[in-house]
Amino acid sequence: MSSEPHAPAHESAHNTHHGHSHGHEAAHGTFNSYMTGFILSVILTAIPFWLVMGNVIESKALAVAIVMGLGAVQIVVHMIYFLHMNTKSEGGWTMLALIFTIIIVAIALAGSLWVMHHLNTNMMPMNPEMMKNLP
Amino acid sequence: MSAPHTASADKPTFYLTEEHHPENSTMLGFWIYLMSDCLMFAVLFATYAVLGRSYAAGPSPADLFDLNLVAINTAMLLFSSITYGFAMLRMEKGDKAGTLKWLAITGVFGLAFLGIELYEFHHLIHEGATPQRSAFLSAFFTLVGTHGLHVTFGCIWLVTLMVQVSKHGLIEANRRRLMCLSMFWHFLDVVWIGVFSLVYLIGVIG
Amino acid sequence: MFTNSNLMEFIFGRLSWSSLAFTHDPIILMTFIAVVLGGGAVVGAVTYFRLWGYLWKEWFTSVDHKKIGIMYVVLSLIMLLRGFADAVMMRTQQAVAFGANEGYLPPHHYDQIFTAHGVIMIFFFAMPLVTGIMNYVVPLQIGARDVSFPFLNNFSFWMTAAGAVVIMLSLFVGEFARTGWLAYPPLSGADYSPGVGVDYYIWGLQVAGVGTTLSGINLIATIVKMRAPGMTMMKMPIFTWTSLCTNVLIVASFPILTATLVLLTLDRYVGTNFFTNDLGGNPMMYVNLIWIWGHPEVYILILPAFGIFSEVVSTYSGKRLFGYASMVYATVVITILSYLVWLHHFFTMGSGASVNAFFGITTMIISIPTGAKIFNWLFTMYRGRIRYEVPMYWTVGFMVTFVIGGMTGVMLAVPPADFVLHNSLFLIAHFHNVIIGGVVFGLLAGINFWFPKAFGYKLDPFWGKMSFWFWLIGFYFAFMPLYVLGLMGVTRRVNHFDDSSLQIWFVIAAFGAFLIALGIASFIIQLVVSFLKRDQLRDLTGDPWDGRTLEWATSSPPPEYNFAFTPVVHDHDSWYDMKKRGYVRPLEGFKPIHMPKNTGTGVILSGLSVALAFGLIWYMWWLAALSFIGILVVSIAHTFNYKRDYYIPVETVVATENARTKQLAEQA
Repeated sequence: MSSEPHAPAHESAHNTHHGHSHGHEAAHGTFNSYMTGFILSVILTAIPFWLVMGNVIESKALAVAIVMGLGAVQIVVHMIYFLHMNTKSEGGWTMLALIFTIIIVAIALAGSLWVMHHLNTNMMPMNPEMMKNLP
Repeated sequence: MSAPHTASADKPTFYLTEEHHPENSTMLGFWIYLMSDCLMFAVLFATYAVLGRSYAAGPSPADLFDLNLVAINTAMLLFSSITYGFAMLRMEKGDKAGTLKWLAITGVFGLAFLGIELYEFHHLIHEGATPQRSAFLSAFFTLVGTHGLHVTFGCIWLVTLMVQVSKHGLIEANRRRLMCLSMFWHFLDVVWIGVFSLVYLIGVIG
Repeated sequence: MFTNSNLMEFIFGRLSWSSLAFTHDPIILMTFIAVVLGGGAVVGAVTYFRLWGYLWKEWFTSVDHKKIGIMYVVLSLIMLLRGFADAVMMRTQQAVAFGANEGYLPPHHYDQIFTAHGVIMIFFFAMPLVTGIMNYVVPLQIGARDVSFPFLNNFSFWMTAAGAVVIMLSLFVGEFARTGWLAYPPLSGADYSPGVGVDYYIWGLQVAGVGTTLSGINLIATIVKMRAPGMTMMKMPIFTWTSLCTNVLIVASFPILTATLVLLTLDRYVGTNFFTNDLGGNPMMYVNLIWIWGHPEVYILILPAFGIFSEVVSTYSGKRLFGYASMVYATVVITILSYLVWLHHFFTMGSGASVNAFFGITTMIISIPTGAKIFNWLFTMYRGRIRYEVPMYWTVGFMVTFVIGGMTGVMLAVPPADFVLHNSLFLIAHFHNVIIGGVVFGLLAGINFWFPKAFGYKLDPFWGKMSFWFWLIGFYFAFMPLYVLGLMGVTRRVNHFDDSSLQIWFVIAAFGAFLIALGIASFIIQLVVSFLKRDQLRDLTGDPWDGRTLEWATSSPPPEYNFAFTPVVHDHDSWYDMKKRGYVRPLEGFKPIHMPKNTGTGVILSGLSVALAFGLIWYMWWLAALSFIGILVVSIAHTFNYKRDYYIPVETVVATENARTKQLAEQA
């Protein structure tokens, strides 16, 4: 999409200038890193599916916590091995953007749940029994 | 470049005599786009989280979801991720044929994913679990469907890029585009982790 | 086999002769005639002077950030006239409609007007004006030749324009939403708003939203990647800083609006149950989501205005901005805090004391960095050698007005007080107080400040001051009565009252609106008079105000490539620093300059988007499908064009720069 001029002949000319780092050249994977990521992902996917499909854990809350925890770990794995996230690429701006986005996502998710939960408790006090008998 | 060439202490250089070539912005711009897309999914996830238990006396996840199917689907997407990775490795070696081969394999996995998802949707609707049935089903179809639309768009883009690579080879512009699609594809995989954890697995746990 | 009526329905969807609003409403008929005559005159004039080719080649397809910026500003000013016409109609209706007098606007029409007024003023006046000024100024301030993605910039503008076209179509074809500017369900759902009004609203905003989001991404990448050598983050001009934060907010909030509107769309088109009252839907979830976008939106508008005031105060006080670093930190803090206050728009929803207390406190906290900024501006002026040019008038007017608006905002942040004031005219007075007193004053200051850069001559100061005084006094007349009425408990969005003791306040408010109309008229006269007197007001130096930042380092208007040589920055008031330390303009050694090529793809895609939106609004599914396929094909075809740039030959650069050298010599 970009039509930004970028003549390769001048590549060598901008080596040290003003804080723009050239980290993205390093942001490629190797065969080994891709395979590591893949194997970790397979394991991290298989465990939660096995837990749920095999009814391994009695406590629902614990199962939910484990599934969410493993999901979070797998997201980090993907970020590192497939999306090649690190603190240096694009002068750290991609990492900064990611952190900012995670904060906003967390605010939006947690905030909505919190606000709507309180709304539901305050405006329609109901217990699960009443819920079941709803039309 | 910032080193003032002929400068004395009180009169520094105020301009460059050579053309200035700022670093290419495409990768950063595309990453920011992905972050914005991520927020769109955040809304859909938040909606699912809030409305996902409003079954309206209709079916619940435990009644509906076939986890075997979801597992196969997850595998498809995971395979497509690693095969895209292989395509990128071939690209780095400058191997056009290899890149195209792995891109094609990625596309096949992508289409398989979409096929399975469509089958699942068809099955659910056939059973009466339509998007109109309850807020839970509205949120479910929208979240999963939006992810599917993204994969569809990714597949169209993939085919376009394959044509462009076979036409012009692995030139700078095409490599940059392949990197962007790579980010897009892996990003969709990340979103899918959220989908199968939050929607399918936790849904079935209850 | 199609019967005739089936065929008609297939082709025209819901559209029929009776949908043409001007066939049964005299007000709209008159507007329609005026628009047809006016539009016809413009089209005729352009054709007569054979300007179509020029406009197409030099403007519509241009990827030059300066031209795109100017087109944004023109779009926003046109939309201001439409939005303001709505305001005048509301004010006159409310001034007369008491007791037996029903006024001239029935509820059906009045409701469309207040919705259109809000939507147009926020999305199609304030947003394009903010984006336009950022587009024009930011690349110049950071010493760049253009933005990061020039084609995308053109495309973004045309998508914004397409959204405006969709909204304007609703005036004559069909109707607009009658829901208020945020279209809360269930009122905006299919059951209570079955017509096309809400669909116009949805698709107008979605089309424009694409443009807004993409231009946000573009400007972030530009500011991060394209700064001149030596310009570290803490040496960036403050307007560039506020633009960066604004665009971060755009990118991090418009997707939320898009997704929320998609859910509403699905409720209306597919029959899902997100925000309905049936089958588990929850309308309050919409309110929650839309304000997660809505509050950052407020800061999207005000932060660039803060940036403009900072540049203006520092320039006309002849001083470095007081507390540059604190200004930057305050801006960043506001950026993040703006995501933590959204519930204060619906305290009365009933989330309970703990939730309300949290959001009340965060709202009060956000006034702290804002207050810090006010002090920074005051201390910049303190002991400065102040020149009272027109932008400075706007700035001082802003400081007084905005502080009042800020204080009423803190009152509303107290949940128990909000339970009394919610949805009252007090709220209306408050947000007009901050949006007019902050955003509009700021943007008008910016136009007066940067106009000579864009066109090479200053704006006439007399009519500028007229405009300022009419706006300022008009604002107080128009909105102070609304505070009073709000405290009496009068609610918003009502087209008729029985209690005639209220009438006097509405009459005063209508008088204020009349004064503001004079202010807008003065502004237009200012533009015309300045154009006529352009030779007297000409500025050949490129630096009419003794400026401090890089945009004043080049000629006015700047050449296509902005700077013949990329500047090297040593200090945050870099142009002031260059002047002080004896910068000499280079006269030789020019090189060919690499620039992006113009393209018509943006215009074509935006035209197809209008068709897509129109098809979806009127259920003309064939049109929607065809234009969607068209968009896909054109976008893909565009990516097959790899030759998107060219070199400005060195002779052209030399000729341009020599002309400027001559001009500067004549000046001296």
